Amino acid sequence: MDVVLETSGLTKRYGRTEALRGCDLSLAGGKVTGLVGPNGAGKTTLLNIAVGLHRPTAGRIRVLGLDPWRDAVAVLSRVGFVAQDRPLHRGFTVAETLEIGRRLNPRWDHAYALARVKHFGLPLDRPVRSLSTGQHAQVALTLALGKRPEVLLLDEPVANLDPVARLELLEELMGVVAEDGPSVILSSNVLADVERVCEYVVILVDGRVRISGDADELVRSHVVVSGPRRGAHDRADDGEVIEVRHAERQTTRLLRGRAAPSDDGTEVRPATLEEIVVGYLRADREEVSK
Amino acid sequence: MAAIRFRLDPSSGVPTYLQLVHQVKHAVQYAMLKPGDRLPTAREVVEDLAINPNTVLKAYRELEREGFVYSRPGAGTFVAEDAPAPLARTVHQPLRRSLDRLIGSAVAAGLDRDSVVALMTLALNDAFPEKEAVHGRRA
Repeated sequence: MDVVLETSGLTKRYGRTEALRGCDLSLAGGKVTGLVGPNGAGKTTLLNIAVGLHRPTAGRIRVLGLDPWRDAVAVLSRVGFVAQDRPLHRGFTVAETLEIGRRLNPRWDHAYALARVKHFGLPLDRPVRSLSTGQHAQVALTLALGKRPEVLLLDEPVANLDPVARLELLEELMGVVAEDGPSVILSSNVLADVERVCEYVVILVDGRVRISGDADELVRSHVVVSGPRRGAHDRADDGEVIEVRHAERQTTRLLRGRAAPSDDGTEVRPATLEEIVVGYLRADREEVSK
Repeated sequence: MAAIRFRLDPSSGVPTYLQLVHQVKHAVQYAMLKPGDRLPTAREVVEDLAINPNTVLKAYRELEREGFVYSRPGAGTFVAEDAPAPLARTVHQPLRRSLDRLIGSAVAAGLDRDSVVALMTLALNDAFPEKEAVHGRRA
């Protein structure tokens, strides 16, 4: 599958703040990709640059082979985007909101957008401000989907949603992927959701890609080793130690590679995606604070 | 209504696609799924569980590779005629009765549920050593 988003040395500075610092990334199409990382890692900046809202300070970005800053119109006709906090005009009704989508997008599929809204039982004449957070999120997603995008970029799509609304939104989103197969790139701090829906994961730290890969492959290649603290440093495990945590008598390590259990009570088990992500983030934070 | 409905156990640590594979096999073994039955479509599963459709397809490919199901493009994925046979009642029932007797005597000897589970786990680890070598503690 073709590459849908590619960056090399992508850098963005706001005054003295460096939001992206030479970010290199290549994302294949037809996948659901999760961008994870601490707040301020550059997730939102990356997505905003990808839809031409911001101009990179340096480096290169291509979305569907196009430069989003110079070809914003061409990019936006093929890329759906839901920004953080899902901005909509609160005074407009649902029908008016979709009408704006129709007028602004040459490829807009109005029947599809109406059918989606009807499916959620949203009355068209209700103003956006009277909708629940979950309904608001569904309308914002519909506005992005109405143009039948090839790529869907979602910045924290489930933030602030209650558990039911969160699951409903993800179900909807995965239904769309099953039906139309757009590439999806979403940022999220809800790792359980990322584990559930994303087949490719990018961990961003300090404006750079710390590690990326197929979710299954990441899980397969990392193990958690825990055992007695004494002698732990002597162990010859085959791999890179990502993070070490000590208790008084016990040491737990996240390892990229393999390890064998041993008869001193050392246990080895596969790491969960959550443990992997948290391990990398925590390791880097400790690096910085040293 | 679909013949079976998948469930997820996020805390199990078992990859999602393998959970689906196990559930289909289990349903076939206990004859909840019979040859010719259609499995839920990827779309039906993802709208139920909010998982990635490619995960469902991956599970179905694995089941197809193992001969449990076959797919007919455009029609769906079906349980194979020659899927590994359901557990015969003649095998299942006597085994279950022996287990009940065993658990009964463990309870009579004063073991609680956790102790019984621990004992069973030990016996299972001896019977299926290859699983234990992957995740467990070496004795």
